[in-house]
Amino acid sequence: MSRPPGCPFDPPAEFRELRADEPISRVRLWDGKIAWLVTRFDDVREVLADPRFSADMTNPGFPSHSAGVSVTRQKHPTFLNMDDPEHARHRRMLTRDFMIKRVEGLRPRIQRHVDELLDEFTAGPQPADLVTGFALPVTSSVISELLGVPYEDHEFFQRQSGLLISGETGADEALEAFATIREYLGGLVERKAAEPAPDVISHLLEIERAGGLSRDELINMLNLLLRAGHETTANMIALGTLALLQNPAQLAALKADTSPAAVANAVEELLRYLTITHYGRRRVALEDVEVAGTLIRKGEGVVAANDSANRDPEAFVGNPDELDLSRSARHHLTFGYGVHQCLGQPLARVELQVVYPTLLRRLPDLRLAAPVSELPFKTKNVFYGLFAMPVEW
Amino acid sequence: MKVEVEADKCIASGQCVLLSDAVFDQREDDGIVVLRVNDVPSSEEDAVRSAERICPARAIRLAASGG
Repeated sequence: MSRPPGCPFDPPAEFRELRADEPISRVRLWDGKIAWLVTRFDDVREVLADPRFSADMTNPGFPSHSAGVSVTRQKHPTFLNMDDPEHARHRRMLTRDFMIKRVEGLRPRIQRHVDELLDEFTAGPQPADLVTGFALPVTSSVISELLGVPYEDHEFFQRQSGLLISGETGADEALEAFATIREYLGGLVERKAAEPAPDVISHLLEIERAGGLSRDELINMLNLLLRAGHETTANMIALGTLALLQNPAQLAALKADTSPAAVANAVEELLRYLTITHYGRRRVALEDVEVAGTLIRKGEGVVAANDSANRDPEAFVGNPDELDLSRSARHHLTFGYGVHQCLGQPLARVELQVVYPTLLRRLPDLRLAAPVSELPFKTKNVFYGLFAMPVEW
Repeated sequence: MKVEVEADKCIASGQCVLLSDAVFDQREDDGIVVLRVNDVPSSEEDAVRSAERICPARAIRLAASGG
């Protein structure tokens, strides 16, 4: 299934009919395997909340995303692909660092990063690429600071991360990129062990010293945080800006009301509407489970299509295929649902709440410098977004 | 209206705190939910209902008060 031509913000058109007629259907994956495709909001939530559906990618029935993603996550597992209680034990090591109070405390620093990076961006020639010139530098500088990774290294890990996250990267190439990142992180962790700082790496090293984590697990965790922490939100910055530019009435509404409540609501709606986590949340059944009257047997794979769920008219008031920044949308499933729901969501929210209004205030005439039809979208990446977005202001 | 939480289930997503920081809080050391009050003020009832619905770990339960 693919996105309808000319509609870069919409999920595959088939989802509408599937939700109405066949909410639990069969889908063929890239490797020829067959999995269940769950498309309704309520059913997606039921699957993701049910511990009988496992996130363990080493289970032979797991519906994998691509060869590259599959091999690296199997070889270097993180809590993303563990089940409870092991998942909870690992995740709880990090919740302190990403909780709302902590992240809210970073808001002024994030604002300063955004202001300075916009100064640099606007000082350069036009047209310029919003993705590499602004979106990625914002998210990289924020996550680097939080984790304790030198920001100067961001180009290196963006390049390696880009390889890992592409659905078109083969198994060997992905493993090579992964090994390069692990080697880099290993050296960095060594240096932190000698010189601790108030950052996530040092916090994880404390846990390692207390016996809670092996060095290998620590490095895998760090790799996950570093890559998930910049790639996802950077995609939302560029794609969200494009969605606003393409919906002038909504853009005007956001410019007219930049109160914290209005901005927070707008961010939730953009997260819902764009659902950059567009490969579905994936699970495998550990036993026979009935979902909405359909029996899913032990060992069968399930793709819980959160992008479809986020367009389910049963779950969202009005027309969910339209962007409406005043809509109540915070129950969206873009961050997933269940115990694996995104750890970094408070950070993503604050970054986006700072970025959109600042960008619109500083560049009130921001406009696209190429036709939408010529923009390179990340249709085959694990996270949807734009490879580049030329803009003028 | 009364509210109860199950700390064992909580994954510290913080969704409840975003909806009502008058009722919900997070432990400093691991972000796990704690209640500021058990009896929900009437002004917070809608927000707490939303929190019950949105909580990804289904760790929030509502009950009519006085029962």
